[in-house]
Amino acid sequence: MTVGFVMLVHDALDRAAQVARHWSEHGKPIVIHVDKRVDGPTFEYFKGKLADLENVRFSDRHACEWGNWSIVAATQSACELMLDTFAEVRHVYLSSGSCMPLRPVEEIQTYLDERPRTDFIESVTTDEVDWTVGGLDQERFTLRFPFSWKRQRRLFDRYVDLQRRLKMTRRIPDGLTPHLGSQWWCLTRQTLSAILQDPRREEFDRYFKRVWIPDESYFQSLARLYSTQIESRSLTLSKFDFQGKPHVFYDDHLQLLRRSDCFVARKIWPQAERLYREFLVPASRALVMAEPNPLKIDRLFSRATERRTRGRAGLYMQGRFPNEGWENGKTSGRYTVFEGFTDLFEDFEAWIARRTGNRVHGNLFAKDRVHFAGGDAVYNGALSDSAPLREYNPRAFLTNLVWNTRGEHQCFQFGPADDQKISEFLATDGNAQISVISGAWAIPLFHSNQNFSELRKEAAHLQRVETAHLDLLRMGKTKARVRIWSLAEFIENPMENLQTILDEIGGIGQRRLSEVPVMADLSGFGQFLQNLKNQGMSPHLMGDFPLIQDSAEKPQGGRPYLVK
Amino acid sequence: MGLLKSYRLRMERKRWRVRAIRKRRQLTSVKNRTSQIAKSDIIVFCTLRNEVVRLPFFLKYYRELGVDHFVFVDNGSDDGTTDYLSAQPDVSVFGTNHSYKRSRFGVDWINWLLRKYGHGHWSLVLDVDEFLVYPFCDTRPIRALTDWLDASSVKSFGTMLLDMYPKGPIDSVKYEAGRDPFEHVHWFDSGNYTIQKNERYGNLWIQGGPRARAFFADKPERAPALNKVPLVRWDRSYAYVSSSHMLLPRGLNLVYDEWGGEKTSGCLLHAKFLDTFTSKSAEELKRKEHFANSHEYKAYHSGLSDDPDLWCKWSEKYINWRQLEILGLMSKGNWA
Repeated sequence: MTVGFVMLVHDALDRAAQVARHWSEHGKPIVIHVDKRVDGPTFEYFKGKLADLENVRFSDRHACEWGNWSIVAATQSACELMLDTFAEVRHVYLSSGSCMPLRPVEEIQTYLDERPRTDFIESVTTDEVDWTVGGLDQERFTLRFPFSWKRQRRLFDRYVDLQRRLKMTRRIPDGLTPHLGSQWWCLTRQTLSAILQDPRREEFDRYFKRVWIPDESYFQSLARLYSTQIESRSLTLSKFDFQGKPHVFYDDHLQLLRRSDCFVARKIWPQAERLYREFLVPASRALVMAEPNPLKIDRLFSRATERRTRGRAGLYMQGRFPNEGWENGKTSGRYTVFEGFTDLFEDFEAWIARRTGNRVHGNLFAKDRVHFAGGDAVYNGALSDSAPLREYNPRAFLTNLVWNTRGEHQCFQFGPADDQKISEFLATDGNAQISVISGAWAIPLFHSNQNFSELRKEAAHLQRVETAHLDLLRMGKTKARVRIWSLAEFIENPMENLQTILDEIGGIGQRRLSEVPVMADLSGFGQFLQNLKNQGMSPHLMGDFPLIQDSAEKPQGGRPYLVK
Repeated sequence: MGLLKSYRLRMERKRWRVRAIRKRRQLTSVKNRTSQIAKSDIIVFCTLRNEVVRLPFFLKYYRELGVDHFVFVDNGSDDGTTDYLSAQPDVSVFGTNHSYKRSRFGVDWINWLLRKYGHGHWSLVLDVDEFLVYPFCDTRPIRALTDWLDASSVKSFGTMLLDMYPKGPIDSVKYEAGRDPFEHVHWFDSGNYTIQKNERYGNLWIQGGPRARAFFADKPERAPALNKVPLVRWDRSYAYVSSSHMLLPRGLNLVYDEWGGEKTSGCLLHAKFLDTFTSKSAEELKRKEHFANSHEYKAYHSGLSDDPDLWCKWSEKYINWRQLEILGLMSKGNWA
């Protein structure tokens, strides 16, 4: 008793011949179907290459086209020839010209000998399948597909549409439950001959001729009628990508293929010299009775699909430039934006850096230059501190910064005196945590030594800019986590407010706060605001500030607050 | 895309093609071996001038990747480039002394040669200082890539031009013919690139890198474009619009995914900043044959005389394609 190989071949004939020879020389009978579209001389040449082998036969040639009946017809005639010619064959293994055995033939033989009644054919009902491409699963069996998907795509699609609209359906032959599965199977003589000699074969064939991709359903469905023992998996390692196109193996997959312990793999790139050299050798090792375990390969390919369909969040490059809303993360990680904090607290940046262990930048979007942490002129990823470069594409600047520092948490300052182009991006980025003390920009003005008319003008300008910014942060499509305090609100309980922010950032400062950074001196600030009002400007972003600071009760900035 | 726009682009493509056909008269055959080109050959197309020093490594690099034939336009070399190329068994050389600038920086000539010899072939349009790196390029020849692209029904392959520079002054190490330029010139900027979409042609417009940082910090809009689509399964109806940055029909520029995924893409390592650069930029400045009135070369010239070092402490040292893929400068996409 032996296994016989049926090979469907349409290109890379030299490689197919090599594999056929390998099996044949190991005493396994082979029937080869060569696509009719291969021209005469090439076919003769191919035949000639295998002429010296007694156990190789060539079956009637059909012109095969992907997705239609011809492939099944080719398989049928090749299998009939196999069963008729080689009486000693117990299992028939369907393979293609781009398949390659990964384990010695003896191991396949032993494996099958131990399971003489088992049919290895992936066969699942349409409800359980999620890998069909093009949205056609159940409909493969209930619509008609007279047009070629590759050559007559438009007709194909329109006819499908038409049938859907007219609610045309076909009757599935009685007793048949449509099943789908890999085209590459290994069936026993009993099951295969039962399918091929079925009295109802004509009826089934007629039905499947108009099913889409019948090579993935004909044997898979019919085997269910006759097999006594189905192992619903393929012995051939064959993976498909998200477009339904088979993954290809190259020389650099050698170790991966070796360790998979699969019997046969497809497809092999025809020029993968090393693979063909390493695997098509006479058995040189002791027989190993391992179960096939393609887990690693599965993982490799599912990662590839993931990369192709979802990509790396926050990455923009020549192969990935998502449309608005499709970024799956506008930036690659969380970051924190502080607005107004450096105005209210002295040396805030150093303090927050100490508390959280994060990288804390100054005003990245300042008009004069980019204030990177430590005042660097160039930063991670060779980002320049040039303001014109940054303003040329502030979005790219920020996404680059976050991408370049993956694994770190960036914090930076922002305010109404900065370039505002980035504002909307910040608001709509779900990775941004924005904390605002509105109106805090007035504190440095208050401390500055400018003429009051200039101060007023400046204050009016900053207030206008910040109002627009806050409107953005409050709009409906904001995705950032935003906290806004007016200055008056914030200083009522600075420690608790800072604690909330620190909790959100996480990092090393997990202990409760016992001190806040030194606060700017605010005595007289209420009067300053009143003066602005008196001059005709209305400072409203700071909240309600008492005209005269109640300095007796409230602790002054700089004195430590007590733990609650 | 509206009918009108589509029609306009079609007309524009036609115009470029007609222009290329017209400019073919400027080319004379110096050594034509194109009859050797077999049906499935991969061909490099390249315009150059006085590059005899760079050529040995260039040819070696692409031969090792599996390129079958090279087609060069020699724009008036006088340093032996012509003879050197003519002596190579897999090279065809076409000569011209006409203006590089008026051939739209060689695009018209290349469009013609592509039309004539590139039809149906995977064609690589390169400068002599550009070295293609694609996923798995250390273990898979370029035909593995083109076969895979064919199987995926993809007709063009996108890259970014990655400027490489040495540590220290550009002319500190002398480049010798045949040597790998990346022995010394192996630093690059890993994360300062900016991308915009060109709505007209649908391509991405990428800028940044050391050139933007060092020479164009005040006028970033003038920084050179780094997006390139050098590898195309050519058809005679196609045309490059501007260098290999973009082409028509515009579907070929869609080498990026718009729905969040990553398409398989590569980098062109740009060995521009060899020691030959200083003299070359002085010469190009005199010839005034380059883009935007050689604005770029002016910037280099003044930039390099002030501070000739492009290296900074965040410069990344080139190791291999995997490093570029991890850094997000290229992607395997779903090629595994």
